[in-house]
Amino acid sequence: MKTTRKSDRPIYAIVGLAVVLCSAPAKAHLNSTGMGPIYDGSMHFLMSPEDLVPVLALALLSGQRGAQYGRRTLFVLPPAWLLGSLLGLMVSATSGSPIVSAIWFLLLGGLLAADVKLSVHTTTVLAAALGLYGGYLNGTGMGQAENATVSLLGLGVAVFVLVALAAALVVPLRAYWARIAVRVAGSWIAASGILMFGWAARARL
Amino acid sequence: MRRKHRRSLARAWAVFLLATLWSHTAFAHAQQGAAVGFFTGFWHPISGLDHVLAMVAVGLWGAQLGPPAIWLLPVSFPMVMALGGMMGLLGVRLPGIEYGIAGSAILLGTAVMFEVRPPVAVAAALVGFFAIFHGHAHGTELPPNQSVLLYSMGFVIATGCLHAVGIGIGTVHRWAWGQRLVRVAGTLVAVGGVFFMWKAFT
Repeated sequence: MKTTRKSDRPIYAIVGLAVVLCSAPAKAHLNSTGMGPIYDGSMHFLMSPEDLVPVLALALLSGQRGAQYGRRTLFVLPPAWLLGSLLGLMVSATSGSPIVSAIWFLLLGGLLAADVKLSVHTTTVLAAALGLYGGYLNGTGMGQAENATVSLLGLGVAVFVLVALAAALVVPLRAYWARIAVRVAGSWIAASGILMFGWAARARL
Repeated sequence: MRRKHRRSLARAWAVFLLATLWSHTAFAHAQQGAAVGFFTGFWHPISGLDHVLAMVAVGLWGAQLGPPAIWLLPVSFPMVMALGGMMGLLGVRLPGIEYGIAGSAILLGTAVMFEVRPPVAVAAALVGFFAIFHGHAHGTELPPNQSVLLYSMGFVIATGCLHAVGIGIGTVHRWAWGQRLVRVAGTLVAVGGVFFMWKAFT
């Protein structure tokens, strides 16, 4: 391994200083770049566990079944999410039912925990249904906001990236313990769904 | 050179871990209280030694029994525990919760101590039965003004991590000395369970 010679260090320091002092303004702030709504959309999804966790569960589930399933989810779920959110933009703000959110947690977590061998068609239907439902709720929430359509683009990108990363993480797993770890994650999601049922039912009592 | 590099890498990791573990809650996001809800839920099973003992014992027993129990118990436990939590949320009364939790530590610890090997279905049913008591206790103790979803996820994940600790300790079971060590750990769990049972009675 080649190391830096002591005599070279002042030259590097001068070059470094020159680069720092002569650098142009970064224009990295959201006001100047117009990227704010994109980040808003992405962060809205990433900071909402009720949206994030079912998507993660479906991505893991499809990754568990193989690359074909992963690709199908990757190219069905984000477009369905976008379509759902565009539909939601046309409607006045509504809030989702906690019972339905609990059903998604329970269904997808349970399928993942049980390592159910779904067909590609069923996976496609699940991805489309989850995308339309989740997107619709996001769209109704953003309907009043300025630049809502741009935010939805950021949201769609976040869904795409999450599905791609999570499915790609699971597809190559062959070790027994690693596949079990994915199933354990599914059981945690399903357990959270059961508890969400409890919270929702208690609120109605 | 390589050793020096490794040492500096280890130092960097140590600083990173210290900074991460000792940092305070930022409250920097719009949904204030959400992170607190998660950590409250996560801390709940860990802060009670009775819960910790029983959860670790589940992992130890799973490791002793080997596949499929090693994954069946940690997969089924959170779901049955959540059912218990739901019962607690709905106000369904469960008699003798503290006795049930202490009893779980005694019975699971004893099973590990004597390396009891029942059929997997029996082991899962026993663990599931006790999971209801643990879940009920968690479900009734949500502090106000916190995210219920994140609280739930926190305590489910913490429970799973405690199982993982038990399974991790149980990996030494492949060696003869390790088998003795796991049985000693089971004995400690059972003794702890007896202590908590005594506390519940007094």
